[in-house]
Amino acid sequence: MAKKGDWVRIHSVVLKAEERTAKLPDDTKACDLEQWTKGFLTEDAEIGDEVTVETVVGRMEKGTLIDDAPYYDHDYGHFVPELIEVDKVLREEMAEIGGIR
Amino acid sequence: MALAKDYASVMGRSNDIQKQALGLDYAEFETSPIAFDYDKLMTSTGYTLEEVNRVQSQFGVGNTPLLEARNITKLARKYAKPGYGARIFIKDEAANPSGSFKDRRAACAVYHAKKLGYKGVMAATSGNYGAAVASQAAIQGLKCIIVQECYDSHGVGQPEIVEKARKCEALGAEVVQLTVGPELFYSFLSILEDTGYFNASLYSPFGIAGVDTLGYEIVQQCREKLGKDPDMVVCTTAGGGMTTGTARGVRMAGCDAEIVGASIDLSGLSMASDVDFNKKSCTTGHTGFGVPYATDPDHSDVPRSAARPLRYMDRYVTITQGEIMEMTEMLAQLEGIERGPAGQTSLAAAFSLAQDLPEDAILVVSETEYTGAGKHVQPQLWFAKQNGIDVRLGDPKDEVPGKSVVLPASPALFQYKEADIDHFRQSLIKKAVKKAGVKPSDSDLEFLAEETKTDVDFVKATLEENGLL
Ligand SMILES: Cc1ncc(COP(=O)(O)O)c(C=O)c1O
Repeated sequence: MAKKGDWVRIHSVVLKAEERTAKLPDDTKACDLEQWTKGFLTEDAEIGDEVTVETVVGRMEKGTLIDDAPYYDHDYGHFVPELIEVDKVLREEMAEIGGIR
Repeated sequence: MALAKDYASVMGRSNDIQKQALGLDYAEFETSPIAFDYDKLMTSTGYTLEEVNRVQSQFGVGNTPLLEARNITKLARKYAKPGYGARIFIKDEAANPSGSFKDRRAACAVYHAKKLGYKGVMAATSGNYGAAVASQAAIQGLKCIIVQECYDSHGVGQPEIVEKARKCEALGAEVVQLTVGPELFYSFLSILEDTGYFNASLYSPFGIAGVDTLGYEIVQQCREKLGKDPDMVVCTTAGGGMTTGTARGVRMAGCDAEIVGASIDLSGLSMASDVDFNKKSCTTGHTGFGVPYATDPDHSDVPRSAARPLRYMDRYVTITQGEIMEMTEMLAQLEGIERGPAGQTSLAAAFSLAQDLPEDAILVVSETEYTGAGKHVQPQLWFAKQNGIDVRLGDPKDEVPGKSVVLPASPALFQYKEADIDHFRQSLIKKAVKKAGVKPSDSDLEFLAEETKTDVDFVKATLEENGLL
């Protein structure tokens, strides 16, 4: 359970697919327009509950509670062997003109 | 009575919301259904070069180092005709507080917002501008909300954009994230209306005037360091603000260097497509923004964009994602500077442009951007692979956006592609006249010539060919 005052992430659907009237490619038109933000919970709640949060600027925003301890997990990716190959080519090309290394 | 907040109602109030949120009435600049007074727009807000410089210096922005890329120059000369291969210099804009030239725009926008008494600022951007506005809002003491297009319909975020969200939050902003689609503007307007914040648009006159100092500094630094002016300045082009402002500053310094716009070639990918969204390996600096904004500047979040790159550009070139990725690697490996990939667009183009120029020529690349998790060659290429993109070494000419990323198998294979700038000029002229739906007057023809850096004969010929005169 998440407690009032906890920092959480919420999700909402801004426009359902059938409500999207803008000029859009078909693949996008078939999807809901979804939105996420973060803030402090205004009351105790469980994941999946409809809640209101107070965002960092003090705005009240409603949505579904999806994460009670949000964090970033983007990183430097996995091994990409092509980059090692490129580095080798660059070193060799420089060596040929008496460059560094 | 509470205002209706459904899509149609909010979009219907768009003009009023924008006027309220900018503190600027664009009607006073309109001179005909086609033309407006660009110079008046740029000077009306009082941001002269000196004033912009004063504001930026106060908040830690600008006066970034101009670095000579000695090893990259040496390597470029290896593939050039004897006696060719200009000296390449890089303006290290990553040295700005939030890590890109966008701080120049944000410093002025946030300063203006504060001067007008707004409590907070908002910006709709998935790019470096979000971090810049968040940073300047922190420095100048305003609240900040950034709205970004970040995820596809499976909730998968573009690593570069996710990193920018992290950075905005780290700098104290609220970040509202959305899935793909132009209706982001609805969420943006709706929050703008509720909060009464200032729209720190990328395209306001103060935002663009903020970039003027970049071009001016480039010329001053060349004169101090080298005792001469640059011969060519290469600018990454997306919404066109970098190219417009840099060129304006170069001209203000009294320098007539050739201005080259450079974009990453993403032709064939739809910018509003959910499926294509995560098939790109760079989220800015590409033709998906570059071409529509150059040929129709006034479809942004302000009635008249101050970014009008065709007024200033002498040439427009494209370069591939693979070349940009390899150039980012080259900068790190050969010059010892690790920077973000999208900011290398102009440097990747410069590597082959330099080979067309004599050895004593000076070529300046107008920027770098910060790097970090997600916003880096390795995670971008790994992400591309996970999205079914073929990543390989080869000839970058064979790259197909959305299908492959081809890293040049030899640096000899770097080759910019000259875009048909006259075609873009014609496109702007046609769009402007069709949009207005009237026959252009003599002064409109002059306006369109200024808009496209051409002459009245060129404008007339374009219109006659298309039955618009
Ligand atoms: C690092 C960097 N370079 C260049 C650009 C292009 O600038 P503009 O949109 O003004 O053309 C952007 C922004 O889109 C950027 O973030």
